[in-house]
Amino acid sequence: MAGISGYVKGLRVTARTAMRTMFPNGLKRPPSPVKGSVTVQYPHEKDEPAPRSRGVISLVEEKCTACMLCSRSCPDWCIYIEGHKVKAPPRRAGGKARSVNKLDRFDIDYSLCMYCGICVEVCPFAALFWSPEYEYCEPHIADLLHDKRRLTEWFETVPDFEPYEDGAEVKVKKVPR
Amino acid sequence: MIADLSFWIFSDYAVSTAIKLAVVMLIIPLTSLILVYVFLFKMMAFMQSRLGPMEAGPHGSLQLIAEALKFLQKEDIHPDNADKHVFALAPIIVLMSTFLLYVVLPVGPDLVVEDLDTGIFYAMAVSSLSALGVLMAGWASANKYALLGGLRAAGQLIAYELPLVLAVVGVVIQAETLSLQGIVHAQANWEIFGIGSGMPFIVTQGIGFAIFMVAAQAELTQTPFDMPVAETELVGGFHIEYTGFRFLLFFMAEFGTAFAFASIASVLFLGGWSLPFVDPTANWLNIVGPGVMLAKILFLSMIIFWVRFTYPRLREDQLQKFAWKLLIPAALANIVFTGVFKVAF
Repeated sequence: MAGISGYVKGLRVTARTAMRTMFPNGLKRPPSPVKGSVTVQYPHEKDEPAPRSRGVISLVEEKCTACMLCSRSCPDWCIYIEGHKVKAPPRRAGGKARSVNKLDRFDIDYSLCMYCGICVEVCPFAALFWSPEYEYCEPHIADLLHDKRRLTEWFETVPDFEPYEDGAEVKVKKVPR
Repeated sequence: MIADLSFWIFSDYAVSTAIKLAVVMLIIPLTSLILVYVFLFKMMAFMQSRLGPMEAGPHGSLQLIAEALKFLQKEDIHPDNADKHVFALAPIIVLMSTFLLYVVLPVGPDLVVEDLDTGIFYAMAVSSLSALGVLMAGWASANKYALLGGLRAAGQLIAYELPLVLAVVGVVIQAETLSLQGIVHAQANWEIFGIGSGMPFIVTQGIGFAIFMVAAQAELTQTPFDMPVAETELVGGFHIEYTGFRFLLFFMAEFGTAFAFASIASVLFLGGWSLPFVDPTANWLNIVGPGVMLAKILFLSMIIFWVRFTYPRLREDQLQKFAWKLLIPAALANIVFTGVFKVAF
């Protein structure tokens, strides 16, 4: 018999949630489930994603040295990098000309990407950032391969890092703008 | 010869049968439309703080029509190893049992397809035909999940058929008739110790009502008893291999039967189309009766779906234990008490 009260409780929970969703203004007011529900009707109205949510990876091209760390650490092998060496002017006057990597190709295939974020973590030059944008579906799967230009465009949508809670020893990261 | 045929076609019997057939053919898809939209789409969504379908029609009211059209467009696939004819026949048998149930359901003093003298016996008999269809579907699909689902369904439907029928027996003893119309009239004329007129049988058959609703929940394989289709274990159970139109048939049968069971329960325990303190032979009940009946049916289906959306699935042995050790003894005790009271008073 002791079990019965649990069953009644369960029925009460569902009934109460249904009533709350249907009558958010109280039982005497007309029902308004659109207001009472916690969901949004997606294409018509949009929920703001959390600032650190993993929507799409953006690239800061001038920071990238084509070191291939991201590409090699990617579990899906979905990052394609090509570069060539160019001579750069010496750091100090009279010095030897430096040799730097020039990025020719930086593609991320979002049809393979599993949004693990290892590439962002592993990048030693802070060239990759998460952006919360999520609306980039394509009718053709090949179009999900975002090239250097498109990845750079995503950078505009990267939000600033929020401060950590008080007493945190880690410094807040900066987004290079 | 031609004259004979035209005479037969326009005979009263043929015309009335055609009208009744058309009405039933129209009502069954309509019942699943109502139940699915009101309960499966909207009530379930509200219980989960969401809105459910909102795009097709105002508040998504045409969603199910869109879904049905989608099912009709789909390819009719059957597995290579499937027993083709049995596979194709199974959903039709399940739906057939639903259609046959509607033959005896009364919605007014004169509004019934055929008022059989053995109405409730007939209804219980044809409703158990669906177990055959489900078993056929499970066997013919040539899929181990479907077979497991079919076997579970057979065990469950047979186990819960008993308390269902035994719960009905109490009502039959009290009404002294098997005809559903007769049971409605018995309730409309029934007085309890001289108090009131037209009391529903739920007053004395409360235990029977509870047993009937629980067993009906299991017969309909609604959620606390949905082991035959258990998505998380059996990936859909007996209808795993069905697509398109044949899946739609299973779907329609599920909700059409839910509606039929709710109406049987409302006839047996809540007085059907009759109202208390109203002469059950009044002609205007032919117009009001269906509305009264619909209100009672919707109330009972609300309970069925409320329970469905609240409780998690039982385990297979718990299910069998519940039927054999609790429901059937309780139903038998109910019959004994009803019989004793019937003789004593």
